[in-house]
Amino acid sequence: MRAFSYERATSVEAAAKAAARNPEAKFIAGGTNILDLMKLEIEQPSHLIDVNGLGLDTIEKTSDGGLRIGAFVRNTDLAANETVRRDYALLSRALVAGASGQLRNKATTAGNLLQRTRCPYFYDPNQPCNKRQPGSGCSAIGGFTRQLGVVGVSDACIATHPSDMAVAMRALDAVVETTGATGEKRAIPIADLHRLPGDTPHIETVLERGELITGVVLPKPAGGKHIYRKVRDRASYAFALVSVGAVVHPDGTGSIAIGGIAPKPWRIEAAESELPKGARTASAILLADARPTEHNRFKVDLVERTLGAVLAEARG
Amino acid sequence: MPTPFNLELSRRELLVSSAATVALAGAAGGARAADRGEESLNRSTEVSFEVNGEAKRLDLDNRTTLLDALREHLHLTGTKKGCDHGQCGACTVLVDGRRINSCLTLAVMHEGDKITTIEGLGQPGSLHPMQAAFVKYDGFQCGYCTPGQICSSVAVLEEIRADIPSHVTQDLNTPAAITSAEIRERMSGNICRCGAYSNILDAITEVAGVPA
Repeated sequence: MRAFSYERATSVEAAAKAAARNPEAKFIAGGTNILDLMKLEIEQPSHLIDVNGLGLDTIEKTSDGGLRIGAFVRNTDLAANETVRRDYALLSRALVAGASGQLRNKATTAGNLLQRTRCPYFYDPNQPCNKRQPGSGCSAIGGFTRQLGVVGVSDACIATHPSDMAVAMRALDAVVETTGATGEKRAIPIADLHRLPGDTPHIETVLERGELITGVVLPKPAGGKHIYRKVRDRASYAFALVSVGAVVHPDGTGSIAIGGIAPKPWRIEAAESELPKGARTASAILLADARPTEHNRFKVDLVERTLGAVLAEARG
Repeated sequence: MPTPFNLELSRRELLVSSAATVALAGAAGGARAADRGEESLNRSTEVSFEVNGEAKRLDLDNRTTLLDALREHLHLTGTKKGCDHGQCGACTVLVDGRRINSCLTLAVMHEGDKITTIEGLGQPGSLHPMQAAFVKYDGFQCGYCTPGQICSSVAVLEEIRADIPSHVTQDLNTPAAITSAEIRERMSGNICRCGAYSNILDAITEVAGVPA
């Protein structure tokens, strides 16, 4: 691990300023992803800003009946929260489908959104990777791609976003709140937080330097059946091959986001009006622009089948 | 004829000279950072926390993980380094009662925390019930993953009692029961290459006080 200086942030504004001042600075909250990457020298911050002392670890109702989740609420606490379990069960289900008990005890809401891909070529410093080293090429394309993306990908990168939590938040229309380096606040719909790779896969979000996520707001509960179905190579403690996060209403309509297939939680609203027609019609719209590889072509069928299972479960 | 340099370099001397090279590289890196006018270069930080009931104060290189602080600085070698990447669970300790991977957290991030390691759970002659049950049921073979397994097991039972749901909890609005399915799912972050899982499950089940 490269040497770095360390500070404990005392306010959101000071943390954002400190991060904006130094292009090599990074925030650290739970640390479960960035420390892993620092050990491999894939992340090489010269300065770490510890934001754990900032609070932002409560879950509160908003004035219009929604829920504000502090940026540093741990995954365990979010999954166990009584309101989340009752009104946003999809979110609880997605959280407990991810990682291990130990990791969920440290991992934060903001950090989960900002975690890096698990593409094996990103993790291997001996291989070219446009995300790790812009312009060096993509070793995944033409390589071992079983886990990698089928839609939203580019000629420069086919990595996926690994989060389960973000898939649920996308289906629940979450809004990400931030504070920037000069104190300005932004509310970013989660649909707009993550960028598609295009020819700049190293730029993963719309966040600017120094911009700190302070919380995530969920709209008031939408009702319906909440289902998170994750298909993976082991029954526990594995990243998704495909996951479906769904809120399905009694009339068969609903909102659907897919994980494991794209550089961001994948949701196409136009597919949702076709949900009453069944999984085949809806998944055809979701994957209309899919460009799978030889090794991950199975994900196209797996999306349809997993969505089919979710819709069947919703009909109960 | 004098030898230009000593070819019979001992392993210790080699390590010392390598360390000197690293130190020089570190200094050069620091100088570059200073040229950019960045924040004062604190490469180490003081931190105070409690380990197994004893107050500790350390001045640590910022890079030191909690795992390395426990093993290399406090000489509590019961906590094991397996993968060092949060995948195996061998380094599991309890921080403020919660289990975490001590390899994926910096020691300096634990100011004021209360840390419990396998040594703090129990000692020969006064074993924690979970340690005694692992012995009784042969919940290990080589034993390397065992401290992590035991710390995790103790926390798993607390998590169920605290009504924290898991992936296999049937109804999110009803507290989870202590079942073998719940224990297996919740222990998935602790890998045992010897494959002692069924005995580990027996040990935890006995401590939980439920029929297997």
